[in-house]
Amino acid sequence: MDAPALHERIKEQFGDRVLHFEAGAAQPWLVVATDAIAEVCAFAKATPELALDNLMCLSAVDYPKETPPRMEVVYHLYSYTHFHSIVLKVHTPREDAHVPTVEGTYGVANWHEREAYDLFGIAFDGHSDLRRILLPDDWIGHPLRKDWVDPDFYNGMHVKPTQQMADRSMAGEKLGVGPFDVTPPNRHVPGE
Amino acid sequence: MTEVGGILQNRFGENLAFTTVDNVVNWCRKSSMWPMTFGLACCAIEMMAAGGTRYDWNRFGMIPRGTPRQSDLMIVAGTVTLKMATRLKRLYEQMPEPKYVISMGSCANNGGPYWRFGYHVLKGVDEVVPVDVYVPGCPPRPEALLYGVMKLQEKIQEDRVFRRKGETLGSLAGASMAAEASS
Repeated sequence: MDAPALHERIKEQFGDRVLHFEAGAAQPWLVVATDAIAEVCAFAKATPELALDNLMCLSAVDYPKETPPRMEVVYHLYSYTHFHSIVLKVHTPREDAHVPTVEGTYGVANWHEREAYDLFGIAFDGHSDLRRILLPDDWIGHPLRKDWVDPDFYNGMHVKPTQQMADRSMAGEKLGVGPFDVTPPNRHVPGE
Repeated sequence: MTEVGGILQNRFGENLAFTTVDNVVNWCRKSSMWPMTFGLACCAIEMMAAGGTRYDWNRFGMIPRGTPRQSDLMIVAGTVTLKMATRLKRLYEQMPEPKYVISMGSCANNGGPYWRFGYHVLKGVDEVVPVDVYVPGCPPRPEALLYGVMKLQEKIQEDRVFRRKGETLGSLAGASMAAEASS
């Protein structure tokens, strides 16, 4: 099936809960209602003619300048049975972002959703183990949000470099072995 | 082994050798540095190449260990994230004295490409552990790492086994580096 046919089939099942379809994109995508995403995924996987059995990627995007400001979660689905693919998107407000989990359909979503939670602060309702996956447990904030500002310190370690640190690096103080003058032994020197 | 002057050397027959304790102990230390291979990123590939047959750091008596308890040298090869930095410090503290650190590559030296916008990267491993030799490069070639190892060997050879009270290995090492820079 090509993307318009996939869209038709999903639209047929979910009606106006499919909000938008973009066929002209390199990877055609459709927007579904946020509270319907788990059902759409379950349907897409279970229906034989769709058989979208693989969640290739789950990612998130922050759009602070849209009206209203929103975050999107993007699902790249692929079928190893029919070799076709489709992209699903859901919208959620930036403040108090909530999206239902698709972990029940795609097990791999467990880690992907933890990553999106870690870096964007999107809460996935129904997730079995929603905690940080990349950053330390005591990290404060979600760094991939557009309004993220680096803290000065994390546990006493600099996050933002100071002018003093820059000066020290530029002065070559960190080159403890002095000016680095190693000549690789296999370098060809013309005339020798 | 560096030449030890004096009237005793080579004055007696076979099976008798005179030298200083410093000389022998330092020679032993520098000739069997067992590195804890702290491969964190792409620099680790170059470090592995340095350990492989072509560059072969075994000729320096370096045998990579998987545990800090058996290591003398920590080669921090790669990007140190803030999360890893806490682990790195703990592993360093678990190493027995005397212990040395080589900071390998731009990331470990000062954060490298993550200097300004890397919210997750430590701006130089010397923020958490004392570093003996910095090896610049992104990543450094194995020759560069081995050059750093040889520089560290020179540094160890200048060390003194019996130290004055209150004198730490770090202050001694700093003194020797300053002497080298002024010469």
